[in-house]
Amino acid sequence: MPAPDAPTPAGSLLRMENVTVRFDELVALENLSFEMTTGETRVVLGAAGSGKTTLLKTALGLIKPDSGRVFLFDRDITGMNEHELFEIRSQVGVLFQEGGLFDSISVAENVAYPLVNRRVQTVSAAEVDERVVDALRFVELEHTLDKYPSELSGGMRRRVGIARAIVAQPALMLYDSPTAGLDPITANTIMALIAKERDSQNTTTLIVTQRYQDGQLMANFRYNRRSGQLERISRNGNSPDQGSNPRPTTFMVMKEGHVVFEGAEAELEASSDSYVSKFVPKRS
Amino acid sequence: MLDFLKPPVAALQDFYSLAGLALRNLFRGPHYSDDIAIQMDIIGVGSLPIIVLTGFFSGVVITMQMSRALAQYGATGQVGQIVAITLVRELGPVLTALLVAGRNASGIASELGSMKVTEQIDAMRALGTDPIQKLVTPRMIATCVMLPMLTIIADFVGMFGGYVIAYFTLNLTTSQYWTNAYQALEYNDIVQGLLKPFVFAFIISLVGCFYGLRTSGGTQGVGRATTEAVVVASVWVFVVTALLTRIFVNLS
Repeated sequence: MPAPDAPTPAGSLLRMENVTVRFDELVALENLSFEMTTGETRVVLGAAGSGKTTLLKTALGLIKPDSGRVFLFDRDITGMNEHELFEIRSQVGVLFQEGGLFDSISVAENVAYPLVNRRVQTVSAAEVDERVVDALRFVELEHTLDKYPSELSGGMRRRVGIARAIVAQPALMLYDSPTAGLDPITANTIMALIAKERDSQNTTTLIVTQRYQDGQLMANFRYNRRSGQLERISRNGNSPDQGSNPRPTTFMVMKEGHVVFEGAEAELEASSDSYVSKFVPKRS
Repeated sequence: MLDFLKPPVAALQDFYSLAGLALRNLFRGPHYSDDIAIQMDIIGVGSLPIIVLTGFFSGVVITMQMSRALAQYGATGQVGQIVAITLVRELGPVLTALLVAGRNASGIASELGSMKVTEQIDAMRALGTDPIQKLVTPRMIATCVMLPMLTIIADFVGMFGGYVIAYFTLNLTTSQYWTNAYQALEYNDIVQGLLKPFVFAFIISLVGCFYGLRTSGGTQGVGRATTEAVVVASVWVFVVTALLTRIFVNLS
C-alpha cells in the first residue's frame, strides 16, 4: 500500500457556509457554518434528531442544502450534479450507521466495491484482491471474506464498513455514529480501529456520535505504529514515541440543527451551557 | 386552495424524472450486464411456473364458458377462434402483467425499499455508483425483455388449455381447433399482443423502483411501499390496456 500524500498544512478539506437543510416542514440544519482543515479530527456530539447524520450526508453531497454552500477539498459541491460528485466522493471514505453494507453481495465484494465500481478503472484485478485482504486484515476480519453481511454481528458489520471505507485510501473519513447500539467492549474496539486508521494513514476524520467517551478517545489517544497499541498522549501534548505534535481534535455540539459549541476538549469540559454539559460526564 | 393536488403532481413529476434517467442510462455507461442477467432470471425464469399455470387455466375456463354460449348457435367449432383472440389480444398480456406486477413490482419495491432504509442506497451513491444505473435500469431492461416472452408463453399455453377442453369435452378434432385458432389471428392482433406487454413492462419495473426508492419510515415504510407499488402498477396496467385497445380497435 503506497502511503497517501502528506497533507498540506492548513488546507481546507471540508467547509460549510450558512448551510440550511429542510425536509418539508422540518428544519434539519439551520444556517450552519464550520471548517475542517487537513489533519484535523472533529467530533460532533448531539442528541438524536439534532441533525448529525444530515450534516454528514450534506458534506458528501448526498443531500443538497436549501441554501448555503458546501466545499469539499476546496471545491464547491453545492451545484454539482451526481456524476461530477462521484469523482470527489471517491476521495472520501464514509461509514454509515449500521455499516450500510450491501447484503446481496459477499464481504469481499462489499470491500472491493469502491475499487471495482469506479468510472475509470485504475486498479488491476490482482491488486483489488490484495487491497481487499489488506483492508480486512486492518479490521482483523480477513477470515470473513466469503461470508455475507447477514451472517455477521453488528460490530463486525461496522468493521467491514470501515474496511470498505478505507480500501480506496481516502484523505477524509466520515463516521456516522460508529458506536451506536454496541456494547462497551465492541464500541471500544471500533473506536480503536478509527484511531488506528487516523494515525497510520494521516486521515482527516469527522466522527458523529452521542458518546462523549468516543471523542475523549480520539482526543487523548494515538496509535503507535511500532508497538501496534493505542497510547495516551501526555498532557504536554507530545506523543511519547512519535514525538510529533498530535493533531488537534475539535469538538462540536449540535442542537436542533444549530452548532451550540465548537472548541477543544478542555473548553467543552468547562462549558456551563446546560445542554452542552449534559454530554460531558461529571467528574466527582 | 388546490394544495391537495401538490403531492400527486409532485409524485408524477418525480416518476417521470426517474423514468427519464433510467432511459437515458441505456445510452451511457457503465452498463451492469451481470445485474441485467440476474434480474432476467428472477423476473423471467422465476415467473415462468405461475405464468404457465394461470395461462393454462385461463384457456381452460374461456373454452368452457364460451362453449355453452356457442352451443346455442351450434358453433362450438369456432371456440378456437375465441380463445385465440381473447388471449392474444387482451387476457394474455393483462394476466401476465398482473401476475408479474404482483410478483415483481412488489419484489423490486421491497428490495429497493429495504436498501433505502438501511442506507445502502446512500452508501452506493457515496461509493460512486448511480443507483438508477445500477438498480433501476437493469430491472427495466430485464422486465422489458422478459414480459413479452412470458406473454407469448402464456398465450400459447392458454390456447393449449383451450385445446384440451375442446378435444376432450367438445369433441373437436385437433386440426379443427388449431386451424380455427390460427386463422382468426391477424397481424394487428399479434402487434398489439406484443406491444402491450412491452409497455406494461415499463410500468411494472419503474413503478416498483419508484416506490422502492422513495421509501421512508423504516420497515413499516417498506411494507407500505410494496403495497403501493402493486396497487399502482396493477391499476395502470388496466388503464393503459384500455387506451391501447382503443387505438388498435380503430386501426383494424
